[in-house]
Amino acid sequence: MTITQERTVAEADRRHIENTGRVAAGVFNPRQLLKSLPDALRKFDPRHQLRNPVMFVVWAGSVLTTVFAIGDPSVFTIGVAVWLWFTVLFANLAEAVAEGRGKAQAETLRRTKKETIARRLYGPSGEERVPGVDLRIGDLVVVEAGEVIPGDGDVVEGIATVDESAITGESAPVIRESGGDRSAVTGGTTVLSDRIVVKITTKPGESFVDRMIALVEGAERQKTPNEIALTILLSTLTIIFLLAVVTLQPMATYSGNTQSVIVLTALLVCLIPTTIGALLSAIGIAGMDRLVQHNVLATSGRAVEAAGDIDTLLLDKTGTITYGNRRATELIPTGQSTVEELTQAARLSSLADETPEGRSIVELCGGESTVDEVGGEFVPFTAQTRMSGIDLGERLVRKGAASAITAWVIEHGGTVPDEVKSTVDKISAEGGTPLVCAEIAGGHAVVRGVIRLSDVVKKGMRERFDELRAMGIKTVMITGDNPLTAKAIAAEAGVDDYLAEAKPEDKMALIKREQDGGRLVAMTGDGTNDAPALAQADVGVAMNTGTSAAKEAGNMVDLDSDPTKLIEIVEIGKQLLITRGALTTFSVANDLAKYFAILPAMFAAIYPQLGELNIMGLATPRSAIISAVIFNALVIVALIPLALKGVRYRPSSASSLLRRNLLIYGVGGVVTPFLGIWLIDLVVRLVPGIG
Amino acid sequence: MSHTAAGLLQVGLLVVALAAVYRPLGDYMARVYTSTKHNRVERAVYKIVRVDPESQQHWKTYAAGVLGFSAVGIVLLYLVQRLQTLLPWNFGRGPVDEGIAFNTAISFVTNTNWQSYVPESVMGHSVQMIGLTVQNFVSAAVGIAVAIALIRGFTRASTDRLGNFWVDLTRGVVRILLPMAFVFAIVLVALGTVMSLRSGVDVSTVDGQGKTIALAPAASQEAIKELGTNGGGIFNANSSHPFENPSSWSNLIEIFLLLVIPVSLTRTFGTLVGQRKQGYVLLSVMGVLWTGMLAVIWWAETHLNGPAALLAGASMEGKEQRFGIPGSALFANSTTGTSTGAVNSLHDSYSGLGGGGAMLNMLFGEMTPGGVGTGIYSILVMAIIAVFLAGLMVGRTPEYLGKKLGRREVTCAAIAILAMPTVMLIGSGIAIAQSDTSGAMANSGAHGLSEVLYAYASASNNNGSAFAGITVTGDWFQASLGICMLLGRFIPIIAVLRLAGLLAAQRKVPVTAGTLPTTGPLFGSLLTGTVVLVAALTFVPALALGPIAEALA
Repeated sequence: MTITQERTVAEADRRHIENTGRVAAGVFNPRQLLKSLPDALRKFDPRHQLRNPVMFVVWAGSVLTTVFAIGDPSVFTIGVAVWLWFTVLFANLAEAVAEGRGKAQAETLRRTKKETIARRLYGPSGEERVPGVDLRIGDLVVVEAGEVIPGDGDVVEGIATVDESAITGESAPVIRESGGDRSAVTGGTTVLSDRIVVKITTKPGESFVDRMIALVEGAERQKTPNEIALTILLSTLTIIFLLAVVTLQPMATYSGNTQSVIVLTALLVCLIPTTIGALLSAIGIAGMDRLVQHNVLATSGRAVEAAGDIDTLLLDKTGTITYGNRRATELIPTGQSTVEELTQAARLSSLADETPEGRSIVELCGGESTVDEVGGEFVPFTAQTRMSGIDLGERLVRKGAASAITAWVIEHGGTVPDEVKSTVDKISAEGGTPLVCAEIAGGHAVVRGVIRLSDVVKKGMRERFDELRAMGIKTVMITGDNPLTAKAIAAEAGVDDYLAEAKPEDKMALIKREQDGGRLVAMTGDGTNDAPALAQADVGVAMNTGTSAAKEAGNMVDLDSDPTKLIEIVEIGKQLLITRGALTTFSVANDLAKYFAILPAMFAAIYPQLGELNIMGLATPRSAIISAVIFNALVIVALIPLALKGVRYRPSSASSLLRRNLLIYGVGGVVTPFLGIWLIDLVVRLVPGIG
Repeated sequence: MSHTAAGLLQVGLLVVALAAVYRPLGDYMARVYTSTKHNRVERAVYKIVRVDPESQQHWKTYAAGVLGFSAVGIVLLYLVQRLQTLLPWNFGRGPVDEGIAFNTAISFVTNTNWQSYVPESVMGHSVQMIGLTVQNFVSAAVGIAVAIALIRGFTRASTDRLGNFWVDLTRGVVRILLPMAFVFAIVLVALGTVMSLRSGVDVSTVDGQGKTIALAPAASQEAIKELGTNGGGIFNANSSHPFENPSSWSNLIEIFLLLVIPVSLTRTFGTLVGQRKQGYVLLSVMGVLWTGMLAVIWWAETHLNGPAALLAGASMEGKEQRFGIPGSALFANSTTGTSTGAVNSLHDSYSGLGGGGAMLNMLFGEMTPGGVGTGIYSILVMAIIAVFLAGLMVGRTPEYLGKKLGRREVTCAAIAILAMPTVMLIGSGIAIAQSDTSGAMANSGAHGLSEVLYAYASASNNNGSAFAGITVTGDWFQASLGICMLLGRFIPIIAVLRLAGLLAAQRKVPVTAGTLPTTGPLFGSLLTGTVVLVAALTFVPALALGPIAEALA
């Protein structure tokens, strides 16, 4: 397992494209706009528009201006009507583009859903062939090498290698066996070797792949809680502006300057938060998409939002914080042996040992020579001898469990000093694994010393935890180790807290305790006994290698089965919320400039002094109004890439994030439209009938 | 001493006085609403109205209390006015006209104190004392009670109980408003404010003609009129009348009184939520806006605008010589910023910018620093909106003071904020569309529109200050302004109490480095920006045709 050190989600995106060849969510190709045009046109249906109050107002405004433009056709009236329709179109496009990417992914997935014939078992020994779609929960099916697994289920008999590349994009086959935590298989994957019996756990049409397809296509998309809250706020703003514009007419009439419906509609559309209104659903879809690109499948958008809110992260020690395998970290000579003798013996005994532990011993000892140069005969580890080593003629070198080596030394007439036992006990007590190294040289059996194998914290984890702390997230390491070892590793890795000698119920209790304190908890898990905790956690990420029970209990599944992914999931959740907030702020801040453009245009005729507000020096009232409308439409298109990609996110404290985003999207939102409207006016004023 | 120096000295004195009482009064009010003991007077009140002071109310019960109490108040006040002939000290003044009685009853119960009548010729002393003054106390206490209920929403967790409205109401009157009003009424008497049950004194003027100068029990009503941010004058000329506000000292004291509770409630809030800084940041936002608007109004009134002022050398039309421009601007800014509505000068005579400034103070939604209670709950609602937007930008579901702001919380905040612009814009829109409205205006053109906008801004915000100039005794104005006052008061109150209920029901979320800090200059600027932006975006189109057009002329 390699360590992931992406500093930002964007970098992770890039890495992901390199690894999988899939199109990542961050990349936006302008051609997608054209491709999505038919879908965008279909979305003009008023029933679709009604789902988005802000864009529905624009849609209604477009209809209204069109009617009035037909009654009084001129370059200006038709221009406004056309650009209002464009505003709706661009909003539709944003949504269609976001959905389009999901559809492309769904297509790839659908190809894995081949029609399969299942070999269903019945009775004590009967077997029948039935179509995969006819399988029911609880059916037992046999799958042999070369066959496709017909549905999601658990292996109840046998062991096999399975190619899951269709789902995970990972080409290396994985092992699936009955019992334990590696029993879950996914429909559509292929058995490469051996024979297994699978008990079907999901109905056809509700399988993992089906859910994934529905999800990426957006078919099951429901508005998330935060999205609903934001929609309410946007609707409130829309109502306020609707009131402001409607009540403006009697006041304008009183002032002797009744306004045309087209101008009032233009003002309204420019003021209501169309930018965020148009991009809101695209942001949500893209957030989900980003998660899928990271090979994480969430059961709901709600879970993605919750990920951004996480306060406490529970991380399993092994595989997440430390390397999955223990590594040699120390050589302790015993008796008369010197460090050099022990180093040489330890190295020789492990030269041909291909296990990670063996390689780590060679690494620790250093030296250049290879097993071929040394020659000799390799003695592999067996369950009987519980040691391994090498025979170099008369010289026999062994390493292994303390009891096995002790017996071997005594058997060959040597003695074992007391300090071997004390050293071994000490290492064990500290949570390490002791290996004793001995050799028979010149007919004497001698213990050379003890090798300490211990957990090694992955590189970059400390920085990662520092970042999480800056984000306000507390990390808790979960381990089965004794408290002493746990404390040492926790300190080394830089986690905030640890749970030692953790049993599943301890994990559950910890989650409940955190939640009672008002904190949101995220965790990963793979075993069946993790299932209750996964269900209890606010964000429970099940490993794809895990059991069906774990996958059912969690609200996300990581197809790569990489526990460190949890950190990226949190970042994706945060990025989603930030993008919404930033574009809302930008949208509202835009209104200032629009007032400066439109109000003098409307009323300078009756109150010439209001012309002083035309600080952009827009050519004519008509050019000013249409420039504001055009800017309002174009800014949607300009921001589609940002909506899909998400606002750049670097883990940091809330204050610095707020300062930065307020500056960019708040102040930027005030300034940009002044510039944009001014530039558009320079072009529009050349059009006859407007300038 | 120049006028400017005198004015600055007054502002300085005012700030020092407010700073001096800020802590003790703020903390005292916090104790008033958290104490578990009841004094003898309160126990007697609870016994008479048969309330169990230990019972805790659900937000709906609390809201029902507020609404029921106010409804009864309106009916009683209406009856007191209509049955004036049965009361002593009526000096032969007959039953108050139905339209006026309706409008006035709503006006005083909603803490607006918009006055569509001439007190000296319409209201006798009994109506003033047992009708209007009583509402001056209780409508103010209702405002504080609602604010305290909202604060409890933040401080409590996992409960559906918000406290007891009757206890909060009684304590507000007995422990805060009555003692303070009593002391300051005596101070005002000492400074020359009249306190008399006679109808008037007969005098002969220099030209030998006999005249009656009206008298009233003014001092007792004057103190609570300012302290409770009510604003209804016992004389038609309100605080510009020398019998209400005789000198620059009394002027300064009245300004102090109308600011002192709204300002100190930020301390109460900080103390109750256990983080004083949370209160300071609200105070600083109120302070920055109050100071900024004072500068605008002051500047506008000292920089001449219009031929009359240029001829006179100063914009003294409608202002009192004993207050001068600074004393008038300071009063105007404070009375419109606190939803009081008392006036010591004619806002109609202010320059386009000065009058527009006073109007904008109201259109901020009365939170600079706002009325008693209403100011703090209005700015808290605005803070919730600001936190919601900014909270998203730090990548978390927004939370304020440990409470998450989800769909329902945002809906309540949105309704509370929507109410005022809705009634204000619809009211003035319909008014201006009516053909006979221009007949009621004293001016035409932009200033005429300003008069109408000001009237509806004043009613919808429960301010009650009059731009004057416009005649509002017609049925349309009496009815529509009355409805604006009702909706502008009670829709936000219901929304705020529902919000309080939702917040109290939540668990408390612990603060982490990932939590948006709601103290400090960054959040202060954000909140200030939100207040200004919401008001500006909503009202700029209408203001463009009124005060903005005037100011740029």
